Amino acid sequence: MLKVTDMAVSYGQFQALHGISLAVKKNQIVSLIGANGAGKSTTLMAISGMVPKDSGEVLLDGEPITDLKPHFISRRRVAHVPEGRHVFPKLSVEDNLLTGALADTTITKAVERQRLEEMYALFPRLKERRRQNGGTLSGGEQQMLAIGRAMMSDPELVMLDEPSMGLAPVLVEEIFALILRIKASGKTVLLIEQNAIMALQIADYAYVLELGNITLQGTGRELLGNEEVKRAYLGI
Amino acid sequence: MAKCKAFYQRYKRLVWAAAAAAVLAFPLLFPQESVMTIAVRVLIYMILASGLNIANGYIGLFNIGSAGFMCIGAYAAALLSTRLGMSFVPTLLLSVALTAGVGALLAFPTSRFAGFYFSITTMGFSEIVRLTALNWVSLTRGSNGIHSIPKPSILGFTLQTSTHYYYMILLILLLVLFCIRRILRSRVGRAWLSIRENPDAARSLGVPITLYKSLNFMVMGLILGLGGCLMAYYYRYISPEMFQIDNGHQVLAMVNLGGLGSIAGPLMGAAILSVCMEALRTMAEYRMIVYALIVLAMMWLRPQGIVGATNTVMVQRRMAKPAKKGRQQKVRGGV
Repeated sequence: MLKVTDMAVSYGQFQALHGISLAVKKNQIVSLIGANGAGKSTTLMAISGMVPKDSGEVLLDGEPITDLKPHFISRRRVAHVPEGRHVFPKLSVEDNLLTGALADTTITKAVERQRLEEMYALFPRLKERRRQNGGTLSGGEQQMLAIGRAMMSDPELVMLDEPSMGLAPVLVEEIFALILRIKASGKTVLLIEQNAIMALQIADYAYVLELGNITLQGTGRELLGNEEVKRAYLGI
Repeated sequence: MAKCKAFYQRYKRLVWAAAAAAVLAFPLLFPQESVMTIAVRVLIYMILASGLNIANGYIGLFNIGSAGFMCIGAYAAALLSTRLGMSFVPTLLLSVALTAGVGALLAFPTSRFAGFYFSITTMGFSEIVRLTALNWVSLTRGSNGIHSIPKPSILGFTLQTSTHYYYMILLILLLVLFCIRRILRSRVGRAWLSIRENPDAARSLGVPITLYKSLNFMVMGLILGLGGCLMAYYYRYISPEMFQIDNGHQVLAMVNLGGLGSIAGPLMGAAILSVCMEALRTMAEYRMIVYALIVLAMMWLRPQGIVGATNTVMVQRRMAKPAKKGRQQKVRGGV
């Protein structure tokens, strides 16, 4: 459903991505792993239109979305959960979630309500805290809020940037279980992770990004067995 | 403060009824023209402060050029009514439409600026407007100003005393507040608050920032222009020197004193500061020192304003409920 060809991005003099190509098939989990500064976040930001691209093409269901503004890409049902969560600290949990529905310009009040209930079913803890301000949640809850907020626009493709960052191991498990549930609900996931083992375990397909180039790719299992990946990212 | 809030929560209806009665009966209790003049001025400032709060409080941009919008509104009203002899209601509608348009246009050149750069642009805008009014003598009569603006008449009834103005402006103020409240609870309000809280996150969620910013400026321009327009009709004389940067700062101080991002804040700030200014009138220029001291003391003691930043309308509605169960949370930002 998503096809990226030769996408290059630079920040001023510094070239962050040297023409990468990747494909995400419908209802798959695709993981993007790599060290700090490899260009993982840049890849997601370029796909969602948050940073301009130098060259290359992004196709969504066969249609180019390369040079669209972020809010037009969101309308094509691509959701991006940026790194570091970015919940709105002074808005309540419920308002945070409702903000996510803004990307869907044709939504009715009833559908909005219904999605809100779906999110509360998915994240019972958010329901308990619906009237609390976003900034008062714990790290794990904020991550769930950020994911739930992006899901409010009922996206086809969910792009998650380091969802497990800074979370306790128990919560990391919970987040990964959640990602599998998102897939089970028929959605497609493009995942960035530092936690390479878990990211590869749940991935249908994965790419290794190194200094702005894709150096390896394969199914999650293949990469888990790859000697180079083991040495560099799995610490085995 | 907590006690005040608890009292309010408990006797909400009573407090509102008392406030409504006081506001409505005020002209009956103090019919003197001198008191009513101040009361009308307070109401106009309440409209202005509420307007400025749209940008400064709800989308988090620091506009310090509110005088420019007031100036356009006031001059539009004055020129339309004196030169073209237009009656009150069409003049009012045309001038607010004009300032709303100017607000929306101003959003485009400034949409890339943040923080101080934005503020300085608005200051420049304000001065450009004033200098235009000062120097375009053939249209505005320059520093002589425009006098004998006709008294407004609505459906054959001409407003004569300040008491008449008081009720009309009160009605307009209530209408403005009602609209602001409706907007804040709509998608538009949610988008504004999300941009205020974190523009990057809002962008990643697909909120079209420039669009909502220009919408915000449009509403702000409209309300500030409305205030300026009412000023022209009430004073019946305007000149460029009424719209200096300092006059904009007064409105700004009211918003900050009362509390950014709440509906009650600007009202409270406008009431307190304009009454202080009147009370200190005998001190002539020195009253500005007192004025500055009030603002400074406020920044020191309660930077979030009297009503307080945690009580934005949206949170207030929500905090009301847990408060009853006795587990009201006082919340500060911070991730």
